[in-house]
Amino acid sequence: MEWTMILTKLGEGMLVSIEIFAWTLLLSLPLGLLVAFGRMSGNVFLRGFVKFYISVMRGTPLMLQLMVFYYGPFLLFHVSLPGGYRFIAVLIGFLFNYAAYFAEIDRSGMESIPKGQYEAAAILGYSKAQAFRKIILPQMVRRTLPAVTNEMITLVKDTSLAQVISVSEMFLAASAIAAKEASMLPLFAAGIFYYVFNYLVALSMEWAERKLSYYR
Amino acid sequence: MDRSNKAAKQMDRTKHVGRVKEKMMVMEIRHMQKSFGNRKVIRDLSLNVEEGQVTAVIGPSGSGKSTLLRCAALLDPMDSGELLYLGQHAAVTNADGKVVYAHRKKMKEIRSSFGLVFQNFNLFPHYSVIRNIIDAPMTVQKKSREEAYWAGRKLLSRMGLSDREDSYPYQLSGGQQQRVSIARALALNPKILFFDEPTSALDPELTGEILEILRDLAAEHRTMVLVTHEIEFAGNVADQMVFMDDGAIVEQGSPNEILNHPKQERIKTFLNSLKRRRKGICY
Ligand SMILES: Nc1ncnc2c1ncn2[C@@H]1O[C@H](COP(=O)(O)OP(=O)(O)OP(=O)(O)O)[C@@H](O)[C@H]1O
Ligand SMILES: [Mg+2]
Repeated sequence: MEWTMILTKLGEGMLVSIEIFAWTLLLSLPLGLLVAFGRMSGNVFLRGFVKFYISVMRGTPLMLQLMVFYYGPFLLFHVSLPGGYRFIAVLIGFLFNYAAYFAEIDRSGMESIPKGQYEAAAILGYSKAQAFRKIILPQMVRRTLPAVTNEMITLVKDTSLAQVISVSEMFLAASAIAAKEASMLPLFAAGIFYYVFNYLVALSMEWAERKLSYYR
Repeated sequence: MDRSNKAAKQMDRTKHVGRVKEKMMVMEIRHMQKSFGNRKVIRDLSLNVEEGQVTAVIGPSGSGKSTLLRCAALLDPMDSGELLYLGQHAAVTNADGKVVYAHRKKMKEIRSSFGLVFQNFNLFPHYSVIRNIIDAPMTVQKKSREEAYWAGRKLLSRMGLSDREDSYPYQLSGGQQQRVSIARALALNPKILFFDEPTSALDPELTGEILEILRDLAAEHRTMVLVTHEIEFAGNVADQMVFMDDGAIVEQGSPNEILNHPKQERIKTFLNSLKRRRKGICY
């Protein structure tokens, strides 16, 4: 293969990995918050269901979940989905998996806010939604930032799992080229990609933490 | 003709004033009961607070003073009884003995009639001093930023904190934080202000600055309910004093009656124990 060809293939894989990362992060953070509310709901059934969902997502391999989401519709219901579904299945799998982790982080964050903050807001007449948005959420974000950073770093590496349903992300692209060319170089390039990606994630989260540390 | 008209008007006005002056009750608690598990914490307690009156609540630790305030401020639900603000029901006990709270819209109105200053301030740590004060007027009362800001500045200067507008709570002393929290409560202009031991979390040398502000507020006839262990101070500023023990009001009257001529032995014992403790600390 030509150099330009190799670079194009690697570049495409890289883009797919970045796409999985960005979509998962963008969608699973808000979904995780919703799940956290469900987890803390006064409704026993909702709470129980959400607790079960979280335990399944955290208790089984993400790789398995991806396969279930991709092959499930056909094997269970004999629905055959268009080719584009491959990528959708990856997103659904990552979304539900990461939302479960973020939900637990959010829950512990919310529970770590002193009760007095809720009470002060209630006395001042804030509605529940206003109190959450203006008083609780900002403090929660700051407290959960280190844990969220950890998840983000794991997510960068987890994107390589998309290969189990043949989504050609960075890792699959690199290993395919490595096999064809009988060279370590593509794998080395993939390693550098993940490392640099995570370095940037860590750097920007450090910056965010610094930004938010104007109070104690 | 002209004169009689004027006189009639005058009479009308005095009548009107007389009606308003006629002991307007800002808060009424009737037969309040509250338990935590099996533990009865408030037992059939009734208390009225008139407009412009300062009510001091004293009593031994664990007697239910905080619980009383928390139930009155709708932070904790009561088990039975009635609660009224400005003659409007916040809570009633229905025929089945269940407490029914007012509906959301009414409740919002009722909530706006009282404020509470906490023992440990509960300022919002992520907001600057001025934001702590003006956020509720803007968010809850929908005041414009300018209006809220100028009112907030005025309150800050009154609290002697004009130069700390942009500080964050963690940068302030306990006394300063408590002053901000009082300003935050005042910014919403409540009809009645509750204080739950506003000086208890402070070093002794900082309590003075808070008591001075409370004295000020009392002098302008703000309606207040003050739970405190500062008995002497309470005696000086209060119009009525309530002695609580074991969830009930043991005696209620003027500070002079309660502090100098208590009828109940329990109050004498309590006051003596306080005196002894104070001596123990001083000498
Ligand atoms: N959330 C709660 N759960 C269980 N018991 C409680 C709770 N809050 C208060 N109590 C109990 O209710 C009783 C009254 O407490 P409360 O805090 O009202 O007393 P207090 O008069 O304010 O005392 P202090 O002077 O020490 O502040 C105490 O015995 C306390 O242990
Ligand atoms: Mg108390």
